[in-house]
Amino acid sequence: MSDQDHSNCRSMLESMSDYVDGTLSQELCAEIENHLSQCHNCHVVVDTLRKTISLYHQSATEAGEVPAMVKERLFRILKLDDYIRH
Amino acid sequence: MSENKPEISIEALKSGNRDEYSKLVESYSGMIYRLALKMVGNPTDAEDVLQNTFLKAFQHIGEFEGRSNLSTWLYRIGANEALMMIRKHHPEMVLGEVGLDEAEQGDLFPSQFTDWCCLPEDEFLTSESKAALDQAIQHLPETLRIVFLLRDIEGLSIEETGNTLGLSETNVKTRLLRARLRLREELSDYYSERLKERRQD
Repeated sequence: MSDQDHSNCRSMLESMSDYVDGTLSQELCAEIENHLSQCHNCHVVVDTLRKTISLYHQSATEAGEVPAMVKERLFRILKLDDYIRH
Repeated sequence: MSENKPEISIEALKSGNRDEYSKLVESYSGMIYRLALKMVGNPTDAEDVLQNTFLKAFQHIGEFEGRSNLSTWLYRIGANEALMMIRKHHPEMVLGEVGLDEAEQGDLFPSQFTDWCCLPEDEFLTSESKAALDQAIQHLPETLRIVFLLRDIEGLSIEETGNTLGLSETNVKTRLLRARLRLREELSDYYSERLKERRQD
């Protein structure tokens, strides 16, 4: 994402999600990798985008269960009181 | 997020088997609550979304045709309930196929180019960092947020996300790209500061 070459950076941006998901064709991947080898800012954007997605994945994996009281009220409202585990 | 679920009999659910109902709630309430909480941003509304999702699911189980799997079907109900809850507070919000609205548009071009990936791993998921991650999600327009949550937090495919929300795959991809880039910008602001602090220490 240099000032001189915004058009390449912009078209790269459109494919960035597919690129980090690994769903782009080999040909397009090669084009992007070629651009990344010459454009430091795009390189940073790709790396930090990958990290962003991975942090959200991690934080979701670590997310806790439904709080006990919330679960209890849910079972009650669904008339499943007798299944509440204490 | 893929989780192992016990096998649940649709036939038993349709015939009103309470053991099976209880198994359904036990297995799927976690994922619906997580989605609701990140979608509506507060525990009270999230609990309402959770309850309404299962009330509707029980009410409409007879119409479940098994074309999608049970979790996609529940996500669809949960996502609709969450969007309805948000619409109560923001009646102008619409999730549709017709283009992106004003809140979803704006220039995608990044403005943050600091490489913060080099921070030590233990800096990334401190309780303060987790709060920053949650806050960034809340700053997304709802119509981008729901796509990001289903795809990147709950781990649905692009196709499943589209089916859940009634959006084309192209539309899901457009919204996902915008959501991810906005979150990257916001996390870049946050983690660049952490990086600066460390360098000053």
